[in-house]
Amino acid sequence: MFANFDFDVIRRSLGYLFFDGMTFTLTLTALAALGGLIFGTLIALLRLSSFKLAARIAGLYVDMMRSLPLVLVIFWFYFLVPYIGQWLTGASRPVRVGAFTSSLVTFIMFEAAYFSEIMRAGIQSISKGQPAAAQALGLTYAQSMRYVVLPQAFRNMFPVLLTQTIVLFQDTSLVYVLSIPDFLGAASKVAQRDGRLVEMYLFAAVVYFTISFIASTAVRRLQARISIAR
Amino acid sequence: MNYNWNWRIFWEPSPNGTGNYLDMLLSGLVLTIEAAICAWIVALICGSLVGVLRTLPSRGANRFGFWYVELFRNMPLLVQLFLWFFVLPELLPRSWGLWLKQLPNAPFYTAVLGIGLFMSARVAVQLGAGINSLPRGQKMAGTALGLTTAQTYRYILLPMAFRIILPPLTSEFLNTIKNTSVAITIGLIELTAQARAMQEFSFQVFEAFTAATMLYLIVNIVVVTAMRYVERTVAIPGYMTGK
Repeated sequence: MFANFDFDVIRRSLGYLFFDGMTFTLTLTALAALGGLIFGTLIALLRLSSFKLAARIAGLYVDMMRSLPLVLVIFWFYFLVPYIGQWLTGASRPVRVGAFTSSLVTFIMFEAAYFSEIMRAGIQSISKGQPAAAQALGLTYAQSMRYVVLPQAFRNMFPVLLTQTIVLFQDTSLVYVLSIPDFLGAASKVAQRDGRLVEMYLFAAVVYFTISFIASTAVRRLQARISIAR
Repeated sequence: MNYNWNWRIFWEPSPNGTGNYLDMLLSGLVLTIEAAICAWIVALICGSLVGVLRTLPSRGANRFGFWYVELFRNMPLLVQLFLWFFVLPELLPRSWGLWLKQLPNAPFYTAVLGIGLFMSARVAVQLGAGINSLPRGQKMAGTALGLTTAQTYRYILLPMAFRIILPPLTSEFLNTIKNTSVAITIGLIELTAQARAMQEFSFQVFEAFTAATMLYLIVNIVVVTAMRYVERTVAIPGYMTGK
């Protein structure tokens, strides 16, 4: 079955696949997860705040992002980011941004919606007595969030956040629609250049599967350990 | 912002000769909905089978269910679509592969199969969790009544489990609709692809994407409203979801 396949094409392109492609994918995943976490926490705090208008706007943002397909969001930001850059810097024409910046902004904004929902559930899972106790100790709202609620919420939500990061890692492959050489993009470029679609796509599938499987198994173990500890 | 807004663009004829730009977007919407519903049927059938396998007392069935879910969950959907679309025809016997490649509407069938199987892993997990969340007594009662395992599932466990997991299934269905846009990469001209095409023809980026966004939001609202009605109709008396 594999008689006329040339698996040597994988060996020849390993450098390009991993040094260019996988580095892009992993950097994007890590930075987007970090940015999404920070921004998502802010959104979650806004949604839970007693300031109704802010809560409403944050809720609208989350609902909006969650009802749109990621591919459409990628296109939105690809065209929108130059205009945002222009607006921020006060330049006279849309700012040129690289593929990396554009996709990073996209994923931070998109993942923030999902992370914020996880965070919100995490914050709401903390019993009411905790913030009440913090208040009784004389902590301000910000202090009680910072020192009492958020550390516990993060711990509760850690496995779910990691799972969402694995999903994010897989979703970054969608920057393919902007012909960006992430791991899949790089594999696909080699595939089309050398006419070796079968070998390259099989290899990409194996790599994605191996990384995600190891990561999700680790998260499952972690989850089991945390649930025993409680 | 020095961008030329032109909201009347939707009523201008599109260069592909099938009416105006709005018709283009709407035909994409129809394809999105068709693909999503067909994929959802695949997901429900395969997902239910695997979900049941994961709860059976047989070790072999459990193992199969485990690997099925892991396989479909740990690869990006995009990669899976590429496997079905580009790789599968090459691995099959020559004549079958040729037949597959010449199939009219190949992107549509590939999308339905690929997205359906991708989502089936999620359905399987939900259903397995739903069955496991039922009180043990239900299965025992089935056995005590002299039902076979198949009958217990058919008449007791599945009707209960499906009604319990209806809310998560709704969000999985919404995910299926959204995931159809990934099929843009294998040439399915669904809603996102039509918006992209409209942007390329007319240069009215933001109008095209705003319209597509609105259409996705409307679909979401319709599905959520309809499912809320279904949830109320099939609610199990005495359960939280029954409120």
